[in-house]
Amino acid sequence: MTIDIDRIDQIIDMHQCEASSLIQVLLEIQGENHWLPKEALDRVSEKLQVPLSRTMHIASFYKAFSLVPKGRHEVHICMGTACHVRGAKRILETVEDLTGIKPGETDADMKFSLETVNCLGCCALGPVMEINGKAHGKISVSETAAVLERYE
Amino acid sequence: MNEIRIQIDGKEVRVGEGMTVLEGAQSAGITIPKLCHHDKLVPFGGCRLCIVEVGNGVSAKLVVSCVYPVEENLVVRTRSEKIDRIRKTILELLLAHAPNSPELQVLAREYGADKDRFEKEASFCIHCGLCVRYCNEVKKLNAVGFVDRGIRKEIAFIPGIAARECKNCMECFPLCPTSYLQAAFVLIEALAFSTTSSGTASTE
Ligand code: SF4
Ligand code: FES
Repeated sequence: MTIDIDRIDQIIDMHQCEASSLIQVLLEIQGENHWLPKEALDRVSEKLQVPLSRTMHIASFYKAFSLVPKGRHEVHICMGTACHVRGAKRILETVEDLTGIKPGETDADMKFSLETVNCLGCCALGPVMEINGKAHGKISVSETAAVLERYE
Repeated sequence: MNEIRIQIDGKEVRVGEGMTVLEGAQSAGITIPKLCHHDKLVPFGGCRLCIVEVGNGVSAKLVVSCVYPVEENLVVRTRSEKIDRIRKTILELLLAHAPNSPELQVLAREYGADKDRFEKEASFCIHCGLCVRYCNEVKKLNAVGFVDRGIRKEIAFIPGIAARECKNCMECFPLCPTSYLQAAFVLIEALAFSTTSSGTASTE
């Protein structure tokens, strides 16, 4: 876990330890740490006085949360119709080759996590590769490596 | 508690104000089938089996009786062709998950539900939430909860709490409408395959 307990406590305190802020607190930890380790869930449950069973229910319910480690950079490749016809599959294969991981996986250095998505809502830019929320549109196979290299 | 008059299946009955239709019917000795309702627990409205029809003519509507409050002069029908048909389908869907549940089988006979209508997907749990809610509301231990959602939703025990509490309790097992063994199995799984015995809100 890269986030420490003090930082988690800070986030919780910003929400006045309100049980009703559970989702918000989890979202902020997820945002900083990229995933929710068990220690974080334990701490949040304890401080907000929400049973761990409920915290687990919420954390496993929403797709925004990850209960498995995620890399520092989240790569989303759009496989929607528009991107698909413009060669998203080849972009995906290239990224798989470059990073050595398949969709749903994270590399050993915790650098990249790869996911496919079904539409990012910017079809005119297809094919689109999104990294940490930034869209790289009209991307070509040859440009992919250069874009990935920009991320540390 | 103030009493109000309602009509159930053509019979005038007096029920307590603030009751749900299901509670009102129960107090008048009228049976409405139910799976997820438990007298000690907050109404859940999960299984939809207790569905009834209220009102007359064009304003008649289907409501879930375990969460619908009674009101003066409410007219309730607990059986009709439409209601029976809905209950039959609900039972057939539940039976795809828990084909061997005695409780479901009894209801299936009553409503002519065919346990083979839908392809079997024996997950055993029908998400009634009785075990989860009992542990939370009555025992206040929260050893068991739901995880995930949709078709992947299932019950899971928190290993740390379960290891400490469940051995002396196990009161949720007989509540399960599908199988006594369902929760037992998940509990054993949680205890056997947890690598650490924490999992509780520890401070260290
Ligand atoms: S295990 Fe049984 S009691 Fe618990 S939610 Fe599933 S069906 Fe209901
Ligand atoms: S008993 Fe009313 S919905 Fe289950």
